[in-house]
Amino acid sequence: MNEFAVELRDVVKKFITPEGNELNAVDHVDMQIRNGEFFSMLGSSGCGKTTSLRMIAGFEWPTEGEVYIEGKLMGHTPPFQRKVNTVFQSYALFQHMSVYQNVAFGLEMEGAHRDEIKKRVMRALEMVQLTGMENRRPKQLSGGQQQRVALARALVKTPDVLLLDEPLGALDLKLRKEMQLELKALQQQLGITFIYVTHDQEEALTMSDRIAVMSRGKVMQMGTPVEIYERPRNRFVAEFIGESNFLEGQIKSLSANEASVFIPALNAEVTGTPASEGLVNGEQVFVSIRPEKIHLTEHSERLNTFEGEIASTVYIGSNTHVVVHIGDVRLKVWEQNRISRLEPSSFYTNGQKVDLMLMPENTLVLKKD
Amino acid sequence: MLKRLRENKSAQGTLLALPTTIWMFILLILPLLLTLVISFGKRSPDGEVIFTFSLDNYIRLMGISSNCQNGQSWCFDSLYLQILVRSLMLAFNTTVIVITMAYPLAYFIARADPKRRNTFLFMVLIPLWTNFVIRVYAWMMLLRKEGAINLIIGTVAHWLGINFVPLELLYTPGAVLVGMVYEFLPFMILPIFTSLEKIETSLYEAAADLGASPFKTFLRVTLPLSMPGVVAGTILVFIPVMGTFIVSDILGGRQYILVGNLIQRQFLDARDPAFGSAASLILMVMTLVVTYFYTRKFGFGEEIVAA
Repeated sequence: MNEFAVELRDVVKKFITPEGNELNAVDHVDMQIRNGEFFSMLGSSGCGKTTSLRMIAGFEWPTEGEVYIEGKLMGHTPPFQRKVNTVFQSYALFQHMSVYQNVAFGLEMEGAHRDEIKKRVMRALEMVQLTGMENRRPKQLSGGQQQRVALARALVKTPDVLLLDEPLGALDLKLRKEMQLELKALQQQLGITFIYVTHDQEEALTMSDRIAVMSRGKVMQMGTPVEIYERPRNRFVAEFIGESNFLEGQIKSLSANEASVFIPALNAEVTGTPASEGLVNGEQVFVSIRPEKIHLTEHSERLNTFEGEIASTVYIGSNTHVVVHIGDVRLKVWEQNRISRLEPSSFYTNGQKVDLMLMPENTLVLKKD
Repeated sequence: MLKRLRENKSAQGTLLALPTTIWMFILLILPLLLTLVISFGKRSPDGEVIFTFSLDNYIRLMGISSNCQNGQSWCFDSLYLQILVRSLMLAFNTTVIVITMAYPLAYFIARADPKRRNTFLFMVLIPLWTNFVIRVYAWMMLLRKEGAINLIIGTVAHWLGINFVPLELLYTPGAVLVGMVYEFLPFMILPIFTSLEKIETSLYEAAADLGASPFKTFLRVTLPLSMPGVVAGTILVFIPVMGTFIVSDILGGRQYILVGNLIQRQFLDARDPAFGSAASLILMVMTLVVTYFYTRKFGFGEEIVAA
């Protein structure tokens, strides 16, 4: 078995917009998706994630570059000859067929024996907890159940790779969360490679082994959920996944794992970790720090500590969101409510002076572009 | 009074349905009842209707004739039964040919670039801007002995040095069939197009994704999902072909008689409205029976009706 289930090598997909302009929907993308991996493509609409998925499925062909599945060059291989299956965003169930017929369709196309088909369809329906629904029509099912039929219909073919195009997009929040866990469990149990397209960062973080964050046809960063969140490599990823505070500055000194950045707005130097590739001394950069990683203290003499003034306090249950001003700089700080907040005195008051401490390992130095 | 009406939902319903009911009664039920009553009547010597209750007209239509040559009180005359069977066969043949022609066309239009799709639909509709009768006459011009078709074949034959006797195309059953197919083709194309157009592209993709070749996708997905269009089109074609008399009148000649012609002649030439009414009712019953069994087998094309 090949190490990579799917490989995209320098893939470009050009479209002509209605105005007649050429657009790179997918712009020189390289991706290696390992066997048995839960891989997500994450980005907002128009970032090229769905187009990439469709090129793996065979519904679109790359304008440039190559797609490999299990080490085999796909070229213009039509979808019905690829050992991948898709769960469509709209489910694309055949309304004129029963649930059983929908799931059996793919096996019939393989020319499987009737008894074999029956056995496998029933097993697939059991897997997605739809036993007893065989004779229903898709229209008689709820959204969640239809989603399960779509899943069973694709999985019954035992594909090498399962492609999922925002499969939970149409479900309500509670059901979506349930299905996320179920999908993840199913993937681990079956050991099939899942390639999952979503615009929901939480969904991607919850389920994926690795994530490719995409924007305007390009991969902005590829890595595990922890890497993506803790070490975003550029401002786009730091902003798209979770929230971040950004400060503009210039690198004053630089080593492999430490950088000192002068921030004019603070009129001070901040010590941080170089997170982008190819940073050079003297470069104009962003310093990025996540709101929950800033420590508020009464008074401290430690490194990267600045005095600020509380501007606002919002209680949101699990956390308290605080905005702190340091001169003209505005920083978001999230404090977890570990202590009881019943007493009003447990909150900061507006105008109160506090010290903010930025841990160097959480203070990321990012390239400006 | 008004207050009571406001509270009484069922009275409101009755009131709202009243205009429709009145129109339905005047325009549909009353004429039907009249036809039924007249069909039991007799023709007076001067062409008036004598209202009685007699089944003579129906008996005559079923082939029992009282107008026998050798003095018998009754004999069998299959003339009217032949006309009924001929009409039925023609309607069936026309519908089958129209489906086979309309489906590929509708498929082509539905799959065409949306920008060009309207142009194609427009081309399908253009003939309908001309009067039905004029279009039939146009076919007469084409099919005549001196018509365009014979002219073209004759010219080609002349070039090739073949002796050519102009073909007898007009006033044949074939001419009627061609005319019917031509007249009713758009009524099949449009509903099939509508049902094909509604099929989401993702369904074709899903079929391909599950391993279906384009041909299998057509058989298992496209065709079944477009059946409502075919059913609706069949109803729109079969029923009018059963009753139309203009096409057969102009392209079939006096000898080629369909139920439509029979009815028309009873009212205008033979001045026997009673017999014409009986023939009308038989036509209606035949159409109903065929439509009933057809829709029971294939459904009513609900999606088209709903659309």
